[in-house]
Amino acid sequence: MSNFSLADAAIMVERPEKSRPLGLFFWICVFWVGLNIFGAIFANLLPLANPLNENFNAINAGPGLHHLLGTDDLGRDIFSRIVYGSRVSITVGLGAIFIGYGIGAPLGMLAAYRRGRFDAILTTIMYVLLAFPALIATIAVLSFWTPRSLLKIIVVIGIASIPLVYRVIRTATLSVATKDYVVAAKVQGATDRRILMKELLPNIAPIAVSFFLIGVATVIILEGALAFLGLSVNPPTPSWGNMINEARTVLAQNFWLAFFPSLALCLFLIALNFIGDRIRSHFDVTEVKL
Amino acid sequence: MLRYLTKRLMLLVGIVFVISVGSFYLIHLLPGNPATVILGFGATPEAKAILYKQLGLNKPIYLQYFVWLGNILHGNLGISFISQTTVSSVIRSALPIDGEIIILSQIMAFAVAIPTAMRSARKPDGIVDRFLGATSFTLLSIPPYILIIVMVLFISIKLGVSGTGPSAYVSFGTDWITNLESLSLPAFTLATGSFVVYYRVLRSDLIATLQEEFITMARSKGLSQRRIMWRHAFRPSSVALLGAASVNIGGLLAAGFVVQYLLQIPGLGYTLILAINESDFLVVQGIVLTVSILVVAINFFFDFIINIVDPRISRE
Repeated sequence: MSNFSLADAAIMVERPEKSRPLGLFFWICVFWVGLNIFGAIFANLLPLANPLNENFNAINAGPGLHHLLGTDDLGRDIFSRIVYGSRVSITVGLGAIFIGYGIGAPLGMLAAYRRGRFDAILTTIMYVLLAFPALIATIAVLSFWTPRSLLKIIVVIGIASIPLVYRVIRTATLSVATKDYVVAAKVQGATDRRILMKELLPNIAPIAVSFFLIGVATVIILEGALAFLGLSVNPPTPSWGNMINEARTVLAQNFWLAFFPSLALCLFLIALNFIGDRIRSHFDVTEVKL
Repeated sequence: MLRYLTKRLMLLVGIVFVISVGSFYLIHLLPGNPATVILGFGATPEAKAILYKQLGLNKPIYLQYFVWLGNILHGNLGISFISQTTVSSVIRSALPIDGEIIILSQIMAFAVAIPTAMRSARKPDGIVDRFLGATSFTLLSIPPYILIIVMVLFISIKLGVSGTGPSAYVSFGTDWITNLESLSLPAFTLATGSFVVYYRVLRSDLIATLQEEFITMARSKGLSQRRIMWRHAFRPSSVALLGAASVNIGGLLAAGFVVQYLLQIPGLGYTLILAINESDFLVVQGIVLTVSILVVAINFFFDFIINIVDPRISRE
């Protein structure tokens, strides 16, 4: 025990014995997420039709050469609307989770490290907040806090995600905080700041990254639900959710209209969830209930 | 046990208090004077007087809360500005529909999740487990609003099954068979989401339970696989399942909202969205308050059940 250096311990945790390669599907998912983000950032520069351009000569066209994925009931190009629509989902997903991590993660780490009354009170508050269904809470706030804007949606969902992030980070930190190398660091007289940043943070990083991705996916589902109910960004600005909402009335006439944005959304979610799950199992962190 | 329940009950009261303050404050998020926003510009003085009385608008804000709370405690949630009926009657007629959809969905979800989780746990990493794992993982990434659209598209439009499409809803009292038909797709959609959660939780818990010594003991006594699963492994693992069901209830209500909206089923969700679009704010407030308190109360109820199944929890 006396020869046991802290650096060794850290390496042992970072490199579990049975690390399988990440696999081809993992990299396909990474590529897919990358492609979506690239499209969202550079949508203006790409050779795409204007997503707001109405063309009454080509209404409800199926997939074809002129319009890759067809057009909607106003003759707007679906492919271009999906690429532009990804902007809303990705912005809300990342923005809200950044807020959640910015507040929830430090609180979670601190609570698990300090324990005592601070932890008890904070954890009770967070569990109370967790009891509310996020969708209903966000619907409630967004229906009164008008006019709605992208920023308000990000803030509301971001705040709603704080208790979730807090719970995951706190659980992850708890499992690390009692390890021998943390105790050893304390005995050596390391400052709290040093222990939190150098001992705890690197060891909860895999689960933090993994839940970050799963969290983004969860927020995108939530934003999609809001958009589907007509409570997210206003038309004609395209988003995956409001495209599905607009298509719902013409399901029987134009099946493609609902199909493609749904497919885009599901594929993006599957990719995010898979990457998150794979990172977690790669670093062999015990499965906590997310 | 009693001490534990009292502690939980005190927490419940605290939570309900927070919910009531939150729901009360919603009205004040509205831009401008609440009376004007809620009633519109052409409101009659009588309507305004009623609203002022309901919300105590001419008093300072902390007193407004108590006026409002007093009304709520007397079962008075205000009057719907659109339909001119009381908000409580609107909620009373919509709530049973949500209840029915959720109960139907839970029956389906448990009926499928329990046997499949047992099958998976018997041989973890076997072919069946891998297949079920991949399936549940994919279903996890399909939000309810997409699932219901796919189902409506294939079942009610392509296959033309009657009574399942949009606005096909018939109340249970009128014709219960048609009623079940019209709620089958929503219930199935919710059941799919719940199945994924229950399957995953029960599977991992069963795998852990099956490694316990009392299972080895049961095996060495020569008990049948079926008996070990149901009598020895399922009972301790059902605590985790109940916990998952308790957490799931809020999500179920929310998913129900989305599904009702598509099919125009007049439950709480559809009523809520209509009220939001018509700026009928007292209805929105009433529904939000009711749903939040329901979720918390159901969670409390589940806690109680879990305690009966596993009395160790209250002794911790």
